[in-house]
Amino acid sequence: MTRAAPPAPLPAASREFLSALEGTFPRARLLSSPAELAPFESDGLTAFRVSPLAVVIPISKDEVVAAVRLCHRHRIPFVARGSGTSLSGGSVPVAGGLLIAMNRLDRILKVDPVQRIAIVEPGAVNSAVSRAAAPHRLYYAPDPSSQPICTIGGNVAFNAGGAHCLKHGMTSNHVLGITAVLPDGELVELGGESLESVGPDLTGVYTGNEGLFGVAVEFVLRLVPMPETYRTILAAYERIEDAGSAVASVVATGILPGAMEIMDRLALEAAEAAVHPGYPKDANAVLLVELEGEKAGVESDFARLGEVIRASGAREVRIARTPEERMLFWKGRKSAFSAVGRISPDFLVQDGVVPRSRLSEALGEIEKLSRSHGIRVANVFHAGDGNLHPLILYDGREPGALDRAEVLAGEILRLCLRLGGSITGEHGVGLEKKAYLPEMFGETDLGVMRRLHRAIDPLGLSNPGKMFVAGASAPVPGQRGAHPLEKAGLISRE
Amino acid sequence: MSAAPNSPRTPQEVASAVRDTPHLIPAGAGTKPRLSQPPPGFAVLDLRGLTGIVAYEPGEYTFTALAGTPLSEIASALARNGQHLPFDPPFADSGATLGGAIASGLSGPGRYRYGGLRDFILGVRYVTGLGELALAGGRVVKNAAGFDLPKLFTGSLGRLGVIVEASFKVFPQQWAHATVVAQFPDMPAALEAMARLVTSPFDIEGLELEPPGTLSVRIGGSAETFAERLPRLEGFVGGRARRVTGGEEEELWRGLAPRMPETPSRVLAKVPVTPRAIAELDRDLGAAGAARRYSAGGSVAWVDWPAPAGELAGLLAARGLAGLVIRGDCQTPLIGRTRGDLFRSRVKAAMDPAGRFPDF
Repeated sequence: MTRAAPPAPLPAASREFLSALEGTFPRARLLSSPAELAPFESDGLTAFRVSPLAVVIPISKDEVVAAVRLCHRHRIPFVARGSGTSLSGGSVPVAGGLLIAMNRLDRILKVDPVQRIAIVEPGAVNSAVSRAAAPHRLYYAPDPSSQPICTIGGNVAFNAGGAHCLKHGMTSNHVLGITAVLPDGELVELGGESLESVGPDLTGVYTGNEGLFGVAVEFVLRLVPMPETYRTILAAYERIEDAGSAVASVVATGILPGAMEIMDRLALEAAEAAVHPGYPKDANAVLLVELEGEKAGVESDFARLGEVIRASGAREVRIARTPEERMLFWKGRKSAFSAVGRISPDFLVQDGVVPRSRLSEALGEIEKLSRSHGIRVANVFHAGDGNLHPLILYDGREPGALDRAEVLAGEILRLCLRLGGSITGEHGVGLEKKAYLPEMFGETDLGVMRRLHRAIDPLGLSNPGKMFVAGASAPVPGQRGAHPLEKAGLISRE
Repeated sequence: MSAAPNSPRTPQEVASAVRDTPHLIPAGAGTKPRLSQPPPGFAVLDLRGLTGIVAYEPGEYTFTALAGTPLSEIASALARNGQHLPFDPPFADSGATLGGAIASGLSGPGRYRYGGLRDFILGVRYVTGLGELALAGGRVVKNAAGFDLPKLFTGSLGRLGVIVEASFKVFPQQWAHATVVAQFPDMPAALEAMARLVTSPFDIEGLELEPPGTLSVRIGGSAETFAERLPRLEGFVGGRARRVTGGEEEELWRGLAPRMPETPSRVLAKVPVTPRAIAELDRDLGAAGAARRYSAGGSVAWVDWPAPAGELAGLLAARGLAGLVIRGDCQTPLIGRTRGDLFRSRVKAAMDPAGRFPDF
C-alpha cells in the first residue's frame, strides 16, 4: 500500500511560497494538509503516487496566471490537473511542487452554431461540451472512453483520442485556438476561431505537449454536425485473427466507418460481468463497426458493409435496431477498462499503435508474450487505427507483480516499434512510457524536442518529469524531483 | 548574396547544404512565389531534386514521400488505388511539391469535411537551422509520442527548418460527386443559407461562397444515392438552385480551387476568416477592387488584390485579421494581426538558433 514520504520540516523556500499563495487563494481553495492532498496524489495510472506541496483550485483565468507566476518567481514546479484520468501518469504531482486543480474552471463560455465552435475553459468535461452543443444539432467529436468525467484541458494536453478517431481524427484535429499561460507567466493566444490559420501551426504543436508548455486556460473547439443516422454492426468470431482480417476487408472497400473496434475474449468476459451488454456468449472476439452520416449514404454503405462482414467468417452478426441497442453495443466497449476490475485487482493499459495491415500479427505476438510471461492480457482496441489497448492484468498485492507486468508492457511497446508503429496512440508518454521514447526516436530527434522544451520552459517548472527521461540536456527542475522519483524516495507503489 | 548550394538529391545532402550555407531559404517549384522568395543575403535551396515516393502501401492508407515530389505524382499514385488527399492541396496542377504544400500550409475546398493538411500529416523528416537531420511524428495513422512537430512544420514557411520527407494518411476517394449551385440576391442571403447548411445533417464535402451570392454545395457517395439526396439538399439550400453532376461538376470544382490572378501585378493572399466576419470584410474588399472567394464553409478568404500588398495588410490589421501573401511585394509574407508571436519566436529560437533561415 501507499507509503507516505517521510515527514520532514518544509524548506524555507516552500514556506515562503505557501505564504505567497495564501495572499492569492482563500483557505478553502488552497490545500496543504496531508488529508486534503491525498485525493490528488495519483491519476489513472494508479501505480504512481506522489504528494504535492500544495493544491490550489483556481476559479478564474487570472488565478491560474497568478499561480504560475508565483511558481516561476519562487522556482516551484507545477502540474495542472483536470479529473486525473490520465492513463500515462501525465497528471501525477511533483514532490515539493504545486498542483493546480482545474476542475472549477469549467465554464462553457460560448457555443456559436454559425461558426460551429465552442469556447470553453479547461476544466469543462468532454461530454458537457457535446451536451451544450446539442440544441444546435452539433457535437464535439473526440470521445475518449472517460468522456463523462475527463476534462478538455487534459484532452488537449495529451491529445486524447477515442473510438471515432478513424473518421474524425484526434483531439488536435478539433482544437482551433488556445489561450495559455507559458511557464514564465506570459499569456499567449494561439490560433483563433477560424478553421484555418497562417504561419506555423502553433495550436497544433501546443496540443499534446503533456503539460510541458505551461497551462492552457481557454480553448476554441471545433464542433461538427450530428450525423443524421448511425448504423452499428456487431460480429462475433471464433478467432481474433478473423476479426482483424475483417477490418482489413472493410478498409479495402473504401467505406469510411466512424469507428471499428475489437474486443477479445477476456475483455468480453469483463464487460459482460460489469455492464451486461449481452455480447454473443463464448465468442473469442467481437468486432464493432459503426457507420454514420446522411441516411441515404449510410444505408448504401451499410449494404456493402453487411456483405463484407458476412463473408468474413463471423459466427454471429447483430445489427443495432434502436438507439438503445446501439448504446448497449458501445457500453460494453467504453466500459472495458473499468470492467477489467471485475476480473483482476490491478491492470496496466498500453496504447501502442501498429500499421493496420499488421494487426493480426501484433495480436498473435501479444498472445505469445502473454503466455511466455504467464500474465493474462485482455485486448480491446481501435482496430481501424491500429491502436492497441492491451490490458495487462496483475495483482498488486503479489510482490513483484507490478514489475513483471511492466516488463511485459515494455515488450509490447517494443513489438509496436518493431512493426513500424508508435508507443502511444492517444494516452501520451507521461511518466509511464518516457523510458521508451528514446527507442522510438533517435538522439537528434529528441535533442530538437528538448531544445524546444527548454526554449519554452527554461527552468523546467511545468509538469517536469513527464515525456522525457531526465538527462544531461534536460531542463533542470526547479527543486527536488530531478531524479527518478523512486530513487529519491519520493514515491511509493501499490 | 551567399553562394547558391547545389540542388540536393538526398536528405543528407540537404543537411550538408544547410550546414554550408549561412543564410538560406528552401524552395520547391515556386508555385507560391512570395513564400520562397529569399530576403537580401539569403540563398535559395532548390529541393526539386529531392523527389520520389519512399513508401506507399495502399492497404495502410498512408504514404511517405520526399519533399520535392510533385503533388501531381502523388495524386496519380493514390488515384490508381482509389485514394486521395481529401484537402485538395492547391497549385498541384502547376507543379507544386509536397514540401511546399506543407510549408505553405494551404488547403483547398476539400478541407471543409475532414480537415486540412495539418489534419493529415503524420510525420516529417527535417533539417534544423543547425544542420541536424531529425525526425518527428510517425508513419502510422495515430500517434501521440513526443511534440507534434509535423503540425508545427505546417505553415512554417521554410523558416523553422527544411522539410525533406513527410508521411501522410490518405482517404478513399468518393465513388461520385454532385453539386448544388445556388444563387442568392446578396451576401447576407447567401451567408444565411450557409449558416443553415453548416449545422444541417447533410454530408457536405465542399461549401464555397462567391460574391455576390453564389453557394456551391458538394456532396459525395455512391451515385445511386444522389436521386434521393440532391432534391432534398436543393430544397434545403433555397435560392435559385441548379444541380451539376459528372464532368461538368469536376470542372466546376477545379475552377473553385485557389488560383493565381491572371494579371501579374495583382496580389494573391490567404486570409483565415469566420462566417460572422465575412459580411463586413467583403464590403471592404469589394470597395478596394479585390476579387475574392470564401472557401471551406467561410473559413478562408482567397483574396485577389489590386496591389500594393501593404494596403491589404492595413485593412486586415484594422479588422484584427491575419493573412498570408502568396504572391506580391511585401516585407514578410505574414501580414495583418498575427497571433502567438511570442510563442512563435521561442519556437524559432529552438529550431533555428543561429538564424540561418529568414525570420517570420
